[in-house]
Formats: sequence, C-alpha cells, structure tokens
Amino acid sequence: MSVPEQLRYSEEHEWVAGLDNEDGVVTIGITAHAADALGEIVYLELHSGEGDTVEAGEPCGEVESTKSVSDLYAPVSGEITAINQAVIDEPKVINDDPYGEGWILKVRVSEEPGDLLDAESYGKLIEES
Amino acid sequence: MPADDTTAKRTPLYDVHRELGATLVDFAGFQMPLRYTSETAEHRAVRTGAGLFDLSHMGEILVTGPQAAEGLDYALVGELSAVRAGRARYTMICAPDGGVLDDLIVYRLDEEEYLVVANAANVATVRDALTERIAGRFDARVDDRSDEYALIALQGPQSQAILAQFTDAPLDGLKYYAWLRGRVAGVDALIARTGYTGEDGFELFVAAADAVTLWNELAMVDGVVPAGLSARDTLRLEAGMPLYGNELTAETTPYEAGLGRVVKLGKPGDFVGRQVLAAYAETPPGRTLVGLVARGQRAPRKGYPVVTADGTTCGVVTSGAPSPTLGRPIAMAYVDSGAAGGELAVDVRGRREPVDVVDLPFYKRS
Repeated sequence: MSVPEQLRYSEEHEWVAGLDNEDGVVTIGITAHAADALGEIVYLELHSGEGDTVEAGEPCGEVESTKSVSDLYAPVSGEITAINQAVIDEPKVINDDPYGEGWILKVRVSEEPGDLLDAESYGKLIEES
Repeated sequence: MPADDTTAKRTPLYDVHRELGATLVDFAGFQMPLRYTSETAEHRAVRTGAGLFDLSHMGEILVTGPQAAEGLDYALVGELSAVRAGRARYTMICAPDGGVLDDLIVYRLDEEEYLVVANAANVATVRDALTERIAGRFDARVDDRSDEYALIALQGPQSQAILAQFTDAPLDGLKYYAWLRGRVAGVDALIARTGYTGEDGFELFVAAADAVTLWNELAMVDGVVPAGLSARDTLRLEAGMPLYGNELTAETTPYEAGLGRVVKLGKPGDFVGRQVLAAYAETPPGRTLVGLVARGQRAPRKGYPVVTADGTTCGVVTSGAPSPTLGRPIAMAYVDSGAAGGELAVDVRGRREPVDVVDLPFYKRS
C-alpha cells in the first residue's frame, strides 16, 4: 500500500500535505490504506464549511462506504480554507486517487501540529494493523 | 499486507484468490475474498452478465440410509420426504424453542441420500444437531463431508449460456431448485440451479481437488467476473434474502422473519420445535421483518435503531448497505408490528434519517 514519503499522517489514517508551506495552508485527505479498508466510498459529509474551524483529533466529517461508515478526524487545528466539492459530488475519486484528486479539504493551520507520523512510522502502523 | 492468519482455514481456491489480488478477510474461520477489484463492479456483473463465487466454506453434510427422509422430517422444519430426487428445498433447522439454528438448502440426491448445505459458521451446530436427532432414532447416517467438497457458484443472466460451453448436461430443462450430475470442464460436478443473488445461476459441487481446474476454466470466459463476499452481501440484500447472524438467529423464529411458509406443520410425524412453532403460527408475531429504503444517502447499518416519528425506538436494522441497483441505501429491519405502517426513520449515528417501508425483495429479476 502506497505511503508517500513527503506526507505526514495521523493515527486515524488522514494524510497532511504542505506543512512547510509559507502560507500555512495544508491539504488533507485519507490514506490509500484507509480508503482500501473502507471499500468503495459512496458518501462523504463534512460537518463544517469554508471559514469554519476544525480542531485536531476531533471528528470533522463522516466517510460512508459500501461496507461501513467511519469518522473523519481533523489531523490539525485551524480554519477551513477550501473543500473539494468534486469528491463530495463523486466520493469514489478518493478510492481512485487518495493522495491526488481525492484530497478532501484545506486548512490554515493555527497551531503547531503535535503528533503527526512520518511515512516510515505510518507504514509501520498499517503493517501492524 | 497483514500477516497471514495461520489459524484460519483456506478453501481449495485460496491461492487463486491471492493471485487475483483479492482482499482477503476472515469469515466464519476461513480466509475468504471480500472483493477482487471493485465490489460495485462485481455486483453489477452478476446483475447483467455473470459472477463467479467461491463458496467452498459452506458445509456439506450427507444424510444417508433407509430412514434418511424420516430423519430429516424430524430434524428440520420442512417436509424433506416430499422432495423428489433431483430437487432441492430451502429449509431451516430450529431449536426446540423455535429459534433458528441455521437456514439450509437440502438436495435430495437419491431415495436414501440427501445433501444438507449449511452456512460455514454453523456447520458444527448443524452436524451435531442432525447427528443427535437422526443417528440415534432413525436408520440413517450423518456424515460431514465439508472438507471433501468445493462449491463454486456462477450467477447472473448469462450463466446458463456460459456454463453450456463447458458441459453437455441438459441445462435447458433444469428448473430452479433442481440439480443434475454432469461433467463441467472435464470434472464431475453436481450442477444445481440454486443461488443467493436474486439472479438465475448455478451452484457447482465438485471434489476439492477439482476446484482450481473448474474455476480457472470458467474465469477465462469473457464477461465472467470473480465476485467476493462484499458483492454477495449486497446482491442477497437487494433480493431480500436473509443472512444467518443478521436476519436469522437462535433468538428469531421463522414467522418473525416472514418465512413461516417453510415450517410444514402439516407433515406426518413429530419434529423438533413443532409444539412451539405451532403456537407461533397461531399468534401474530410481535415484530416483523421489513424492507427500508433511505430517502437520503446515509446507509442504515446492522444494529442501528429504527425510530418512529416521535423518536421512539421501534426496531433494529439487521442488514443495510448502499444498493448499487437502486442507487439508494436499503436495509432490512425488525420493526414492532404496530409501527411498520407509520413514518419511520433510522438513527444513523445520532441523526434521524427518514426511510420508506417497502415490500421485500427490493429487486426482482425480470
């Protein structure tokens, strides 16, 4: 299962891109491992919209697949600056391209993210699961 | 890739599933394919063309002897003595208190020989109950042959045309819930026109050693799509077919499940559960199994409460999933009989999602 080197990961299987960006805006999605475990994603709901804030470790949405449903947790705290309407309209894109077209939201990070994993640690986590 | 679970059993097709890249899960103690690629594509293939399933985890129990028919009439709720050789019957084995121990398909192989097919998780329960109920009382023998048989299902509107390429057996005249013996792709098979998908289709019982040969031949046909447990579950749900552990349990009677017709109270002789089941037959059940179609996109799932308009819990979902054929989430649920006619909703993780109560099945082949 692919675990891109340049990303950071939460233990709840979200990925975060762009932590070094100067504008402080990161992109968030769910990992290929999570998408595969869920099965085909048929519905995605976000609890908040652009301009709202999310808090690291708190549920910020729900992901519904053919087989099950699971919470989407915010891996960082901050303000939502963008939502990927394309994946809300067609959630299967998350299965097809979890690290690319399947991104879910962008957040302007308000505080230093504490305990995100690097690719190696996340790779170990999913191997053990 | 998770480490192999060495305690789980493997079907004769395990290596084939691995080669096909299936996502394998533990199911009833077996490593079984959940899906090969996309469960929705696998589901659609069965509705429109043909899907290929490995069902070798199911249990095959032979009941043989001069009193095999009488023994099964006593052990099960159906009238198996009335089934002719060459035919099959959907039936159940109940506890003395009327609870369902398993639902079964029983094939009458010969005057004195029946093949009882049990759900994988219940093989030991069924074998032990049959042994206790039959072996001591009747001149018949109970043999668990589950390890010797492999079971491959070819399901879908194209299945007869496809199977006909591999056998000279007269499939044309083979009725639903009938079987015959034949050679399929060069191996001896019991060819049964049964299945669990709501489509026309065949279940092929073969020797375990022949499973890979048969699978590989059938899988090579254009349009035959290997299908996993995930597709199997949405297919049977659309077809309104109960799943043991969900709609049927030891705490459920056949009448609550809407399957009172399988209980043959008029058959000769006593049978296990008769007294209690006869009483249930006279009393309207307190809860009934209904079909629910969600108005929104959230799927009711097993265990979610069903609630009335004022929020009172009046039932529980037994199975639910987005339906690829209907394009909406569907579910089966037990609902208090008085509530089934009113406005209902399902509590989806704390939110009330309105549903429509519909007749089962959700899908019927045309």
